[in-house]
Amino acid sequence: MDIAEELLKGNRLALSRAITAIENEYDEATEIMKKLYPHTGHAYVLGITGPPGAGKSTLSDKIAREYRAQGKTVGIIAVDPTSPFTGGAILGDRIRMNGLTLDEGVFIRSMGTRGSLGGLSHKTADAVKAMDAFGKDIIIVETVGVGQSEVDIVKAADTTMVVLIPGMGDDIQAIKAGILEIGDLYCINKSDLDGADKLVREINMMLDLDSLMTEWRPPITKVVASQNEGIKELLDTVEKHRTHIEGNGQLAERRTKRTRDEILDILSSNIGTYIKGKIVDSGRLDGYVEQIKQHETDPYTVIGQVMDEMLK
Amino acid sequence: MEKKIRVLVAKPGLDGHDRGAKVVARALRDAGFEVIYTGLRQTPEQIAEAALQEDVNVVAMSILSGAHGHLFPKVVDLVRKNGMTDALIIGGGVIPEGDIPALKEAGVSAVFTPGTPTSEVVKYINENVKL
Repeated sequence: MDIAEELLKGNRLALSRAITAIENEYDEATEIMKKLYPHTGHAYVLGITGPPGAGKSTLSDKIAREYRAQGKTVGIIAVDPTSPFTGGAILGDRIRMNGLTLDEGVFIRSMGTRGSLGGLSHKTADAVKAMDAFGKDIIIVETVGVGQSEVDIVKAADTTMVVLIPGMGDDIQAIKAGILEIGDLYCINKSDLDGADKLVREINMMLDLDSLMTEWRPPITKVVASQNEGIKELLDTVEKHRTHIEGNGQLAERRTKRTRDEILDILSSNIGTYIKGKIVDSGRLDGYVEQIKQHETDPYTVIGQVMDEMLK
Repeated sequence: MEKKIRVLVAKPGLDGHDRGAKVVARALRDAGFEVIYTGLRQTPEQIAEAALQEDVNVVAMSILSGAHGHLFPKVVDLVRKNGMTDALIIGGGVIPEGDIPALKEAGVSAVFTPGTPTSEVVKYINENVKL
C-alpha cells in the first residue's frame, strides 16, 4: 500500500506502518514524510514530563478522556527507556490507558528511546507529524521518567507540563536547573498525599525568583489523576497557555525555532552518517586507530585530514 | 536502518496472574526486543487494536484460565482482519497438550507450556518472525 496516501485517507494501519518506517529509518521514510508534511501544523502538541512514577501515563489517560469528552481526537506518543545494554525495552505506558484502546478517536503509540538521552527518542518529532497529518487535534507526548536534565520535550511540544509529586526532596531541588525550568504548567499529582501544599509553595517560591519570567507565570494545579480529580482545571490551564502563546506570537516563534532545529539536527545526523560510512566501512577507521596506538599520529590530526577531505 | 522486533505481550481473559507474562516480557527485553506490555484482562478486540497501533511483529499471549480455545483464535482472527497478515501469533500458559493442535490449526503458530525455558521462546521468535 502507499503508506502516506492511505494514512491521509484515515487508515490506522498506515499510520502505524508510517511510524515504524520513521522509527526504523527505512528508505521510504523520507518520501513518506515529504508527502505528509503539507498536512501537518494543525494539531496542538502537549508535552508531559516528570520523574518516574509521577503518574504521567495515568494523567495522559485522563487528559485524553477529557479531550474526547470535548469532541477532540487525540494521539498519544508514550516514550519509555531502551536498555543501553541489550537494546531491548519494556514499553508499559499502555497499561494505564487500556480504556482508550477501543476508542477510534484515540491512537496510542509506544516508543523506546533507542539511545537518545533527552527523554524522547530521536524520531518522536516525526511520529508527532505523522499523527498530525492523520488529523489528530491534540497530540500528547509523554516522556520517559526524567531526572534533572532531559529537556528535549520543550523542543517537541507547544505546551510543556511538568508533573511532580510530593515527597521527592527538599526545596533546594526546586531551584536547580533542568526540568524545573521548562514547565509552562506544573501539575502536582497524587496531591492527596502529605506534602502537596508544601510542594506548591516551593514551586511558587522558585517561580518568584525566576528572573527570566515573561508575562506568563506557570500555573500550578493539584490533581489526583487516579481519581480523575482536578483534570478539568488542569486542562483549563493548558487552554489558557495556548491562548496566551497564540495571542502573543510565541507559538509561531516556537514552531519556527523547531523547524530550524530540525533542519540542523537532520543535516548533522545525515552528514555524520555519511562520514561514518566513508571511514568505517572502508576500514580506514581501524587504520587510524592503529596509527594512533603506535603514536604515529593523534586523533586531532586524523580528524583534520578527514574533514579536509570530506569538505572538498 | 535498524529493524527492531516489536512484541505485544498480552493477557487475554479474566485470570489475574501475570508473573509468567512478566518473566517472558523481561526475557524478550533482554533479547533486545521492544516489548509492549498491556497488562491484565484484555479483550481480544483490545489486543488486536493494540497490536495494530503498535505495529508489532509478534503477538504473544499468556493465559492460565482455560479459555485459550475461545480467546486465542479470536485474537488471530481480529489481527488478520486488521490487515496484519505477517504478524506472528504465539501463546503460552497452562494449556493441555491435547488442545494444542486445534490452536495451531486456528493460526497460533506456537504454544509454550509451563517449564519452557524463556530462551526457547526467544529462539522461536528470532527464527520465525517476519520483518
